[in-house]
Amino acid sequence: MSSESRSKDSGLSRRHFLTGATAATAAVGAAAAAIPFVASFKPSARAQALGAPVEVDISSLEPGSLIKVEWRGRAIYVLNRSMTMIERLMGADYDLRDPDSADSEQPGFAVNLYRSLRPELLVVEGVCTHLGCAPVERFEVAPADLGPDWTGGFFCPCHGSMFDLSGRVFAGVPAPKNLPVPPYSFVNENTLLIGAEAGSA
Amino acid sequence: MATRQSEVVERVGRNFNALTDWIDARFPMTKLIKEHATEYYASKNFNVWYGFGVLATVVLVMQIVTGIFLTMNYKPASADAFASVEYIMRDVEWGWLIRYLHSTGASAFFIVVYLHMFRGLLYGSYKKPRELVWLIGMVIYLCLMGEAFFGYLLPWGNMSYWGAQVIVSLFGAVPVIGEGIAEWLRGDFYISDITLNRFFAFHVIAVPLMLVLLVAVHIMALHEVGSNNPDGIEIKEHKDANGKPIDGVAFHPYHTSKDLVIILVFFIIFAAVVFFAPEMGGYFLEHANFEPANSLVTPEHIAPVWYFTPFYSILKAVPDKLLGVVLMGSSVMLPVFLPWLDRCRVKSIRYRSGVYKFALFAFAVSFIVLGYIGLQPPTPEYTLMARLFASVYFAFFLLMPFYTANEKTKPVPTRVTK
Amino acid sequence: MKQFVSILAVLLIAGTAYAATEGEYDLPHNDVGDTDSLQRGARYFVNYCLGCHSAEYVRYSRVAEDLGIPEDQLVENLMFTGEQPFDTMTNSMQPEDADRWFGVVPPDMSLLARSRGTDYIYSFLRGFYASPDRPTGVDNTVLPGTAMPHVLWELQGVPNAIFTTDAAGNEHFEQFERGVPGQLSAEEFDGVVRDIVNFLDYISEPMQLERQALGIRVIAFLLVFLVLAYLLKKEIWKDVK
Repeated sequence: MSSESRSKDSGLSRRHFLTGATAATAAVGAAAAAIPFVASFKPSARAQALGAPVEVDISSLEPGSLIKVEWRGRAIYVLNRSMTMIERLMGADYDLRDPDSADSEQPGFAVNLYRSLRPELLVVEGVCTHLGCAPVERFEVAPADLGPDWTGGFFCPCHGSMFDLSGRVFAGVPAPKNLPVPPYSFVNENTLLIGAEAGSA
Repeated sequence: MATRQSEVVERVGRNFNALTDWIDARFPMTKLIKEHATEYYASKNFNVWYGFGVLATVVLVMQIVTGIFLTMNYKPASADAFASVEYIMRDVEWGWLIRYLHSTGASAFFIVVYLHMFRGLLYGSYKKPRELVWLIGMVIYLCLMGEAFFGYLLPWGNMSYWGAQVIVSLFGAVPVIGEGIAEWLRGDFYISDITLNRFFAFHVIAVPLMLVLLVAVHIMALHEVGSNNPDGIEIKEHKDANGKPIDGVAFHPYHTSKDLVIILVFFIIFAAVVFFAPEMGGYFLEHANFEPANSLVTPEHIAPVWYFTPFYSILKAVPDKLLGVVLMGSSVMLPVFLPWLDRCRVKSIRYRSGVYKFALFAFAVSFIVLGYIGLQPPTPEYTLMARLFASVYFAFFLLMPFYTANEKTKPVPTRVTK
Repeated sequence: MKQFVSILAVLLIAGTAYAATEGEYDLPHNDVGDTDSLQRGARYFVNYCLGCHSAEYVRYSRVAEDLGIPEDQLVENLMFTGEQPFDTMTNSMQPEDADRWFGVVPPDMSLLARSRGTDYIYSFLRGFYASPDRPTGVDNTVLPGTAMPHVLWELQGVPNAIFTTDAAGNEHFEQFERGVPGQLSAEEFDGVVRDIVNFLDYISEPMQLERQALGIRVIAFLLVFLVLAYLLKKEIWKDVK
């Protein structure tokens, strides 16, 4: 190899190296420059402020009654289950898709029969896991339209999905999962805080 | 191992070529790349003045991208606009950076464009065969002024409000129908929510569309005739055996690699402003604009943003409303006629007479001084100075046919120099 | 290249030089990096200013985060009227009431440091003097006829002002002299005002320190990029004779 072609070769590899290094730096720069634009899509401080945990006074919530609270644009159902309701839950012998809440969305504390912190107080999102409709509360036993096996729960008017008094989905309906349980905690005996688990806020 | 690697490279290459062929059969991709990049020849002796064109394009892209993201959080209503800007500055993640990029970009756009235009004056880039390139460029400049004017109202600060008030009132100078025009522009009897809403439409849709289109046309026209150079000679007149200009180098990779350096230097200066002086001492973001629009209180000292002040001084210097508006309008429009006002056949300043060099220097000084005076509160001294330098400004254009008619020029080389 | 750099450098210097030459008011020499001063300023602001002046774009939680104030202290020291931490700093004064009481609506403080300047606020807060004829009992050298009472009078006391009258009959402020004494010495009071101004400076652009810190990193990156790009340009232009 002549000295001239060798120097030409090294010139070429230098050029390749510099081209590669510059292109790589440009790519890093472009990626870094994209960060602010991508990140600006995240919920802003105002959205976070509006989506902050909501306090709910439950002192006047009678056993067997339900209130609906809005949190982050979603309806949250708060149901004070009566003793008969809890007994019905304990004696449940209907077919459930996810009886142990293994595939459903809930905080760790809600993976139990009651799907709640306090056995009597159910807190679930009123959003059907099928296509997002709002299930209706149907606490009567064996009504004509829901059949003789119905022991009370939630019924989705859109496509007929059924959930029991713990928000667990029945087998054989379109909804795939149990009603989600939002994070929540108790500020005191009578005040529920929806949106934050204990110790996180 | 080595053979397998080369096989892979070969296969990737084959697939890439196949894809290119597939596209080229349907869209002139390779042809366009050749025409505008790898086989577009521009003079090898470009100096830094030739970097402002690419910088203007970079700033345009940046303004469009940051503008789109600002639009996502801005509210074009008089009750919400000011607060939505502060919402962007404080509550939207990185919103402050996007906003500062956009506000600094506006001033950067004018700096770059003014220098780009001055390059044209230095090297005669408006002369035959590039008259149309220059004319399209002037239309771009006028659109840019409109874009800046409409955009300036959007933050709905007190300077926004009164700036728009003053400029719309200029139309009121037109005899008889003036007030009607002003009212029609505002869509109301004062600068209101309605005005803000339509200025928003102009700023984010109408004018940017025009700008993008015109910039494309500007570049197409330029690539048709070829770029000028600091010697002001046509490189196409000396071609090699392959028909390539001997003094030209391909736009890519030669000019692109050079432009990248220029762009980075620009970015460094730009970043210095964005991160360390986004208000630029009240020139890029004015103090009075941090107060919401107030139709009852004019800011103590009202002046347009710096890029309009050379023309604004001319307005202030004339003691008659209509004549002032006419002269200000003329001062903006006069450069349009440069290709026909300048009768000297030599393009570059390098080979032109001392008379022209002096005239151009006087023009540059008058432009800067008028710009400075426009930012100052009106005093008799400044008014006198404004009249003096406005005369210089107009003389540069209006006397040009005379002082360029029989210029003593130096011999122009046939090939480009260093 | 040199031309290019120098042109833009001149513009940059001209801009900053202009900003530094306005000398109408006393400069506070505050430092938004001084967290202790900002914490004191926040407390003064909440105690003395917020009753009438809101800061409607400023969230308590942001202030607490930026100033390193834990949430319990935030609630205890800065939030008195049952707001939530993410609320903005507003007050319950109705604009119509304010207009009736003061003749003007007290302006929002979120951006005052940017619209009027820290030097203006610093001089204004130190510019009250006794003027028994006025409804508030004070007037101000920076903003004569201001509707604002001397909120900090307990700290500063109320000084008297000496004016001279020129030939045309116009009064010019000459200097302050001791009037009703306050709890603090003149230096201590200036320190309090400096803390307030510092806090107002911070809330007018809460991200300013972050902005500068990021700027250094961005420019450092661009410089590295520039070196590479310059070497590449040199390399490629070796072809051109």
